[in-house]
Amino acid sequence: MKHESVETNAGLLIILTLAVISIGGLVEIVPLFYINDTIEEVEGVRPYTPLEQRGRDLYVREGCYTCHSQMVRPFRDEMLRYGHYSLAAESQFDHPFQWGSKRTGPDLARVGGKYSNEWQVQHLIQPKSLVPESIMPGYPWLAANRLDYSDIEQRMIALKRVGVPYSINQEEFEANVERFGEDVAVMLDINRAEENLIAQAQRENFDGDRAFISEMDAMVAYLQVLGTMVDFNEYSAGHFAEFR
Amino acid sequence: MSTNENPSKKPGQVETTGHVWDSNLQEYNNPLPRWWLWGFYATVVFALVYWVLYPAWPVGGSFTKGLNTITFMQDGEEVTTHWNTRSLFAREMQSGKQAVRQREMLEQVGAMDYETLLADVEAMSFVNAYAKGAFGTWCAACHQTGGGGVIGQYPNLRDDHWLWGGTAEQIEETLVLGRIGYMPGYRESLDGQQLEQVASYVLSLNGFAMNDVDVAAGGEIFNGYLGGCYQCHGVDAAGLASLGAPNLSNNIWGLVDVPGAANDEERVARVARFVHQGVQRHMPAFADRLSPAEIRVLSAYVHSLGGGQ
Repeated sequence: MKHESVETNAGLLIILTLAVISIGGLVEIVPLFYINDTIEEVEGVRPYTPLEQRGRDLYVREGCYTCHSQMVRPFRDEMLRYGHYSLAAESQFDHPFQWGSKRTGPDLARVGGKYSNEWQVQHLIQPKSLVPESIMPGYPWLAANRLDYSDIEQRMIALKRVGVPYSINQEEFEANVERFGEDVAVMLDINRAEENLIAQAQRENFDGDRAFISEMDAMVAYLQVLGTMVDFNEYSAGHFAEFR
Repeated sequence: MSTNENPSKKPGQVETTGHVWDSNLQEYNNPLPRWWLWGFYATVVFALVYWVLYPAWPVGGSFTKGLNTITFMQDGEEVTTHWNTRSLFAREMQSGKQAVRQREMLEQVGAMDYETLLADVEAMSFVNAYAKGAFGTWCAACHQTGGGGVIGQYPNLRDDHWLWGGTAEQIEETLVLGRIGYMPGYRESLDGQQLEQVASYVLSLNGFAMNDVDVAAGGEIFNGYLGGCYQCHGVDAAGLASLGAPNLSNNIWGLVDVPGAANDEERVARVARFVHQGVQRHMPAFADRLSPAEIRVLSAYVHSLGGGQ
């Protein structure tokens, strides 16, 4: 093919340009789907409960990812501030993952359990009331808005289609019991999603207001589980290097 | 806008590409600058060396690991792996110059008793440096950067007024175990007038000139069966560190914004409202999040912030 025919044919030029620039992406990304050690074998990582999943949807809706990353990198300074570096396994059920690299605010990969529910609620409503130097905007409507969970089953079915092991029949449920244990398996049952969501919101009462299930309940439920699923005390210093 | 009808090759010029647009628009086929070309070859050579030394190409379910290795300790045994950032991190944490120095200092400080530590200038300069980061990560979310606290919510750590005691040992206990501060609301046992009387009494202890009748009545409630305030705050309202009950006579206001009130009436109203509502505050325990040495560092730091008791 003559160079002139590429230069003078816009359609061909576009197609060939796309082909060339996709090579970099293909070479870097595609192998991760079939290299055996990409996702580490680790105990404890489970899909989100219906309430946590709705909180995650809100996290995406509000654009939290534009300022907060969710990936602690394997550097000493990050370990001192945030804790153990993130594993691929910890975001294996995230669609899409929230790793990011934009840290206007702090990394949130291990924020779960770091602050109390009350702190999280007040901080989300008005961050400057707790951290005067913060530039984070307030999200007061989360506490006022009733959480819409009418489509929670559909949301879980959609995630199931892309590989999250939520169960919809007895066979899948039993597979989850085998894999995650009975308590978790119940939370992953799509047929019981709504009652599970309501029960978790009422039991843990994340926003401190039992009058109704607010978006704040879901958001705080999600924040409080971030990075808490793996007990890193069970693994030695270099254990996860074996997977790299 | 060349007026040259025939812009073909002049002496010393390079060839054109042969393309002609708009009857006379042509482009020279200049060679790439030499420095650029050699730079390009250098990147190719760099890539070849990199592929040999570092993890590079996917092969089946694995990948080429490269010749470069990293050695670190795992469970007391020496492990050598191919180069990767996680092994690099493990080695850095175990034998990196800064990490080793920091660990040594932490161990040294962790082994000192507070009296020695607080008097040791070198150790305290480490404490201040390390605690600045640790305080920012773990404490500042509530107690604020610098430890100033929030009136009505989180205690100020910069003054010398302590709810649970201000010796370094008491601060350490607070950090290790956490604290639950609780004062019941008196909405059922005291009516509006009685609440104002108690408020007047408490304000009078802090140097405010209040109505004598109210102060006397309030004092009876405070130190009597009806209010029973003395049981925690003490008969002279000097507080009781073992219960986290504050001194109410030193004109330091952590929960009620008395200094922000405009006049006596508002001051009484604010204190009365507080007694009506009560308060419950919770400081989490840090024993399972921080190492004993880190807790020691933070205790010494917080102690030094307020001048410590």
